[in-house]
Amino acid sequence: MKKNRQPALKYYSAVTRALSEEMRRDENVILIGEDVGPSGGIFAQTKGLHAEFGPSRVRDTPIAEAGFTSLAVGAAMTGLRPIVEVGFEDFLTACMDPIVNQGAKLRYMLGGQVRVPVTLYTFGSGGLSAGPQHSQSLAAWFAHVPGVKVIQPSSARDALGLLKSSVRDDNFVICLLCKSLIGSKELAPSATEDFLIPIGQAEVKKSGSDVTIIALGAMVKRALAAADILKTDGIDAEVIDPRTISPLDMTTILKSVSKTNTLIVVHEAMSPCGIGAEIVARVCETSPSVLRSAPVRITPPFAPSPFAPNLEADYLPSVEKIVMKAKLMLEDRR
Amino acid sequence: MSGSAKLCKHKAIEIHQKLWEVRLFELRAAELYREGHLPGFIHLSLGQEACAVGACLALEEKDFITSTHRGHGHCLAKGADPRFMMAELAGKHEGYSKGRGGSMHIADVSKGVLGANGIVGQSAPLACGAALTAQVKNTGQAALAFFGEGASGSGPVHEAMNIAAIWKLPVIFFCEVNRYAELSPYSVHVPIERLSERSKSYGFDGFTVDGSNVKAVYNAVSSARQKIRSGGGPVLIEAKTHRWHGHYEGDPMHYLDDKDRDSSQRMDPVVMFEAACALELGINTEELSKSKENAITLIDDAVSFALGLGAAPTSVISEDVYA
Repeated sequence: MKKNRQPALKYYSAVTRALSEEMRRDENVILIGEDVGPSGGIFAQTKGLHAEFGPSRVRDTPIAEAGFTSLAVGAAMTGLRPIVEVGFEDFLTACMDPIVNQGAKLRYMLGGQVRVPVTLYTFGSGGLSAGPQHSQSLAAWFAHVPGVKVIQPSSARDALGLLKSSVRDDNFVICLLCKSLIGSKELAPSATEDFLIPIGQAEVKKSGSDVTIIALGAMVKRALAAADILKTDGIDAEVIDPRTISPLDMTTILKSVSKTNTLIVVHEAMSPCGIGAEIVARVCETSPSVLRSAPVRITPPFAPSPFAPNLEADYLPSVEKIVMKAKLMLEDRR
Repeated sequence: MSGSAKLCKHKAIEIHQKLWEVRLFELRAAELYREGHLPGFIHLSLGQEACAVGACLALEEKDFITSTHRGHGHCLAKGADPRFMMAELAGKHEGYSKGRGGSMHIADVSKGVLGANGIVGQSAPLACGAALTAQVKNTGQAALAFFGEGASGSGPVHEAMNIAAIWKLPVIFFCEVNRYAELSPYSVHVPIERLSERSKSYGFDGFTVDGSNVKAVYNAVSSARQKIRSGGGPVLIEAKTHRWHGHYEGDPMHYLDDKDRDSSQRMDPVVMFEAACALELGINTEELSKSKENAITLIDDAVSFALGLGAAPTSVISEDVYA
């Protein structure tokens, strides 16, 4: 058997590593959520944490997302740095008040007297036939709220680096993990490295000069696959992963668009009032003459995420669709 | 949990002054509001002073409270400065929230006041969060959540009580039953006579006290605080009281029943306590006048301070959105 000396980091174990490193570093960091304790979580993402940090700092909660999210806000105001797990992104709708009216606003409303350092991570997006109530991408809802930061790691290394930065951030940070990436793996940063990725910094995943493709979450891999295919047709695509959705790194995006004079945004969330709409609007506001063809948003149709595998496959933006839209855009321009 | 424990004279005078501070602060706020000095809308707790004062003065200075939209009394009783409170009501930069919060968002974290809150029911889980900090860090602090019977039917309150019971959090749930939630009576919101009975279903103790009797409130919260000190977990205290004014200032209160409309039948918690001070504690009229005078001076100063301030600078609008 061939020995692989390069240790791999899986997306879910990146979560475990981020949490355990930050809990070791700062005793004010605690973890609460459903089944985060001895069971280790549905995806084994909290495995070993209860054993290492004990029942005071790693707490299973009853099924009460609204209650324990609000509780985390109260704890954050008084000196702890709670990490909250909400199993599925769809359940964030059950804790809108603690996030939107409490966590996001208390610092502002109370004249800057408090900080609310909460990191809430959750598993969202589609691809696993989880049906309409377990497959949503709600990033835009939270990007609309001042006081909240929103991140979406598209790889294991990003999950590690961004989550660690979130725990150290003094604000309410929502980390939207992608269920379909759970088992994906990458080369792990060295076990002794304090691997951090700054919040608010996009990454150019592949440099190119013909077309800018901005992709979020699990769509980053698809955009990169599309770029490979486009290359065989002589089209040099640039793929950008914003990684942080609020605040958006518009500098990196604008730099790319100025180079390619084109813009495609790919995400799993709905198109109306979405992140794609926001990016297009900001590009047009900042550089009204930079685009030489109409910007394109590639998203699912305006419908809930369907259950059947074939329906969901058709629903989500595909590699083929990204290739087709990019080609069409460039043909139009010629 | 009787109201018979002996209150020391020093504490009684402190309570007396606070009762007047709360009463006068709100009477002046009502007046200023009518005259157009205070923007937005305000919710007054006139008639409920014994709840705020009895509860907060039974806590330790290091303890936390969370409050509601009707929170002036709670904040004052826990030690917030009336000058910065009135400045906030007037929307001034010198106010506790720099004019960005208003009446419903007053906090003085240095005094353990974690904020009045505009979302009914959220005081309960937020207080549990503060109690969690106290438990994890083993600081010996407790948290008290003020809420009303209107909030008692909301999800956050139930979720908070359940979690507090499971984790044995050092938290006191203090429900001020003031007979009306917004514009409708108790019966619209609660199907049982005593809300305190609900504590049993969560697995902790609950008590009902006369919320017009500051001594009874003080004793109940003192006992609860004692229980928490020994790691006994949460307590629910229901204080039956009366809201004299409307849900908001200017509320015509068409919904009042005849009994509640007849103000001559009202129990005045301040008058009641003054009588008790004289009869039971031997505090003379002169001493009572002195603490009332102190309160008058404080509130007069607060009003002059607030009205003397200029408009808040618009440059603060985007400050403190993020830390």
